Amino acid sequence: MAVDTAELAARLSKAVADRTAIDQLSDDVADLDLATGYAVQRELRAAAGPLVGWKLGVTSRAKQAQVGVSAPVFGFLAGANALDLGEPLVTGELIQPRCEPEIVFILGRDLAGPHVTAADVVAASSGVAVGIEVLDSRYRDYRFTMADVVADNTSAGRFVVGNPVPPAGIDLRLIGVVLEKNGKVVATASGAASLGHPAAAVAWMVRTMAADGEGLRAGDVVLSGGLTAAVPVAPGDVVVASIDRLGTVELGCR
Amino acid sequence: MPVTDAPAKAQALYDARRSRVPIAPFTDDDPSLGMADGYAVQQELVKLLVADGDRIIGYKVGLTSEPMQKMIGVDSPDYGPVLASTVYRDGDTVPLDRFIQPKIEAEIVFVLGERLQGPGVTVTDARRAVAGAVAGMEIVDSRIADWRIKLADTVADLASNGAMATSSRIVPLTDLDTRLIGMTLTRNGELIDTGAGAAALGDPVAVVAWLANVLGENGIALEPGHLIMTGALHAAVPMTPGDVFRAEFDRLGPVTVRVSAGTEEAS
Repeated sequence: MAVDTAELAARLSKAVADRTAIDQLSDDVADLDLATGYAVQRELRAAAGPLVGWKLGVTSRAKQAQVGVSAPVFGFLAGANALDLGEPLVTGELIQPRCEPEIVFILGRDLAGPHVTAADVVAASSGVAVGIEVLDSRYRDYRFTMADVVADNTSAGRFVVGNPVPPAGIDLRLIGVVLEKNGKVVATASGAASLGHPAAAVAWMVRTMAADGEGLRAGDVVLSGGLTAAVPVAPGDVVVASIDRLGTVELGCR
Repeated sequence: MPVTDAPAKAQALYDARRSRVPIAPFTDDDPSLGMADGYAVQQELVKLLVADGDRIIGYKVGLTSEPMQKMIGVDSPDYGPVLASTVYRDGDTVPLDRFIQPKIEAEIVFVLGERLQGPGVTVTDARRAVAGAVAGMEIVDSRIADWRIKLADTVADLASNGAMATSSRIVPLTDLDTRLIGMTLTRNGELIDTGAGAAALGDPVAVVAWLANVLGENGIALEPGHLIMTGALHAAVPMTPGDVFRAEFDRLGPVTVRVSAGTEEAS
């Protein structure tokens, strides 16, 4: 059965514009599969304006078990959704924002192909940085299937990236990660929380993209997957993500 | 002292440790038992164990994370002594028949370099007194049936401490942000959980200051060489014979514990 991916993408775009959550697409498209989800996402990407990179989702085993899958998913980063350092998050622009700390890769050169490894990802990166991703599912209460969340660009909302440092000599698997909200520790992790190694998560994405003839470009920003559970935010909240050797990023909400 | 039969309760725990047969929670009979009652029993129990030739080589601090505190319904940590007879080395095999219902946790462990006595100990004081950190794993165990513990029960039961294993390389804290030390726990090579130092009371060094101040109220000091276990950085994991647990800490290195069913190794 043919699915009207443009119509599904339009529903998601309308949810963003209206700042109102919608029902899962899979509720009335019974055979919504992962490939269809990515097709809907491509419709959104074509209309998103300049892109600055990519993001991974569902990279922790806990989250995968929760959703009942064994692989992550990926989406795109629109330049329009980048927050600058020190710029507040205006929560009213979003539906149900949640923040999570991530390790961010900044590509120093192009990287593509079906056999890319974690080591290739680190070698191709000019920098790594602390990031905060602001998720904003367009589905009511973050309830979705894998195909739903892929169609919704893996819940991408906003993101902020700290100052990058060279990746040489940093064990990204072991570095400690602390997420604080309003001065209280809400979660901790190490880099391994994303697929065992954040660069392995990015390598998975590059290999997956290769099937469609796509890849990473020099300058691309890649959010390598949430390292802790995401914390809901409201006006007045301050979220701080600290990662050993990479630094700290603070995000105020209003 | 509100609790009148601390020696009898301590004896019950002592017997449970020897027989590996758990007992009912003290708070079943008397729900009013609180923290002070727990420590009174703990003190009596330590007397019995020390009379057998054991000795205190440090302390463990538990309930250092907010989820654990919420589960027990408290807003502060608790502590118990670490006994010399319960210490394993990196790579040792731990026989399960030494325990009743053990679980394993990865923790940052500090080795004290200078005497530290409360009250009035600050985090900065504590940091200065710590000689360095080692990678640690704690085996928690409860002598209370089915881990059905309230605060008084776990405090009485040596804060549910079973055993510990540590790495041997002492890493000085100079230039080291203890909040951000990352930890990755694997079982048989498979990633189980991750965490960072801040999971313990926001900073594991703050755990040392808290402990020194609480012990200081009773005139007890932390001594040079004492080991201080600062609390789990993740949810405790059940143990099965044949498991190999490895906790690797950024900057501190790994510590490995092998699990066996026991019998011949038990001592």
